[in-house]
Amino acid sequence: MRITPEEIAETLTMVTQQNLDIRTVTLGLSLGDCATDDIDVMSTRIYDKICRCAEHLVPTAKSIAAEYGVPIVNTRISVTPIAQLASACKATNITPLAVALDRAADTVGIDFIGGFSALVHKGMGDGDRRLIDSIPEALASTRRVCSSVNVASTRAGINMDAVLRMAEVVKETAQLTADRDSIGCGKLVLFCNMVEDNPFMAGAMHGSGEADAVINVGISGPGVVRAVVASLSPQADLTEVAEAIKATSFKITRAGELIAREAARRLGVGMGIVDLSLAPTPAQGDSVADIIEAMGVKRCGGPGTTAALALLNDAVKKGGAMGSSSVGGLSGAFIPVSEDQGMIRAAMTGALTIEKLEAMTAVCSVGLDMIAIPGDTATETIAAIVADACAIGVINSKTTAARLIPAVGKSVGESVEFGGLLGTAPVMSVNEWAGTGFVRRGGRFPAPLNSLRN
Amino acid sequence: MRTPAVLSVLGEDRVGIVAAVSNALAESQVNIEDIRQTILSGIFSMTMLVTVDEETVPFEGVQARLVEVAKALDVQITLQREDVFRYMHRV
Repeated sequence: MRITPEEIAETLTMVTQQNLDIRTVTLGLSLGDCATDDIDVMSTRIYDKICRCAEHLVPTAKSIAAEYGVPIVNTRISVTPIAQLASACKATNITPLAVALDRAADTVGIDFIGGFSALVHKGMGDGDRRLIDSIPEALASTRRVCSSVNVASTRAGINMDAVLRMAEVVKETAQLTADRDSIGCGKLVLFCNMVEDNPFMAGAMHGSGEADAVINVGISGPGVVRAVVASLSPQADLTEVAEAIKATSFKITRAGELIAREAARRLGVGMGIVDLSLAPTPAQGDSVADIIEAMGVKRCGGPGTTAALALLNDAVKKGGAMGSSSVGGLSGAFIPVSEDQGMIRAAMTGALTIEKLEAMTAVCSVGLDMIAIPGDTATETIAAIVADACAIGVINSKTTAARLIPAVGKSVGESVEFGGLLGTAPVMSVNEWAGTGFVRRGGRFPAPLNSLRN
Repeated sequence: MRTPAVLSVLGEDRVGIVAAVSNALAESQVNIEDIRQTILSGIFSMTMLVTVDEETVPFEGVQARLVEVAKALDVQITLQREDVFRYMHRV
């Protein structure tokens, strides 16, 4: 069947006026063959391998974007969790590997590389410990490297010792990057039920169940969906709203699927997944909060927000699942405060609080994301906030995450400016009645009954 | 390789748009398979289904030539591979 002029016009409008794009084309790359006991040799191997395998990544993405007329916003790389490589050597400081990743990212022309990561949801190995100890320095001395640590899973429960240790690491990272509004913490995510094929930063890594190299793609941002919801009549009922979102999600996922296949074919690697997450940017209109408000919630964070977000997230998945046979990654809306104009506005006016964001975590993917909190927030308080987010993920068998920024020297009412894609965050107030004694108990929060599925 | 593509032109109506675009396509060995053109409130709108012979002139070569035409005519011209429309609008 021929394409009709109306369909052509619709696609062009989506690109030119509603920000239809591909949010990220991410090359997942295994670095397992770079492991050796000499950290300097390992650094060289890592640099060489990334430069060799990703040489054509950026030019290929550029040509595809031009030929298909769909912009590709970010091109990135995710690698094997570096803790696995760290275990092969005896070096106490793993920062040189982060520096190698940073240099390679610079050489191949990408803005972020993910995978300075460890999975410690059940226990912490020696390599994991050395990697975690190195995170503050690694993030302070590099620009493009992103770090993530999985501290909980439905099958294992929550490693509360790791949660408390990571809260210390968050504080140290904030301190070491205090001169840049503690930006290091913007590149550090703590996960529950981390996924192995997430193409989005800062939580991207290339899991051990993956092939040597794979292309994962993140679909268009929230702008297109917002435009569709805003164009509906205020009388349209919620079934109609869900239907409109679903239809749009199908189209943008198809665009993602096409670009993923073509990028994989041209680069000679397998196609991995299409991630259905709506990822906002600080650009006007490119906001998940704006979709929630277009649905009829007065200000994001007000009563009704969780229901609206749940409806949005579900409709995006339903349309997307039809549009691609390889849906994966996180595939849930992102609600990073600093990267979303609508979220920033809501936080500034007091409509959006950390407690509401925690509730929203239950119905989207990574809930407590890019939240600036006072620099003097206690380590135990940070650990308790992370434990709450993890508990939601553990009990509901879903991914949750926390990316908190204790902004050194800043208090509620002030804001931090990261610039670029990381945006601006108002410092939000933290409930002062934290479970300090609870997190100090340490140990393992047992896996829930629903982990026993076999 | 013969690549199906969609060409769209949007801009203020004036003499010679179809001629200039078709000329540029002919020079680049691009075959026109279908043309639809209308004028709505003075805005010229045309979509063409074409086939690009990438062995003679590569896709980006045709796009570069069309950028020149768009500048000369002061209209907006886009040339995209057809798959993107087929994927987005067909199950």
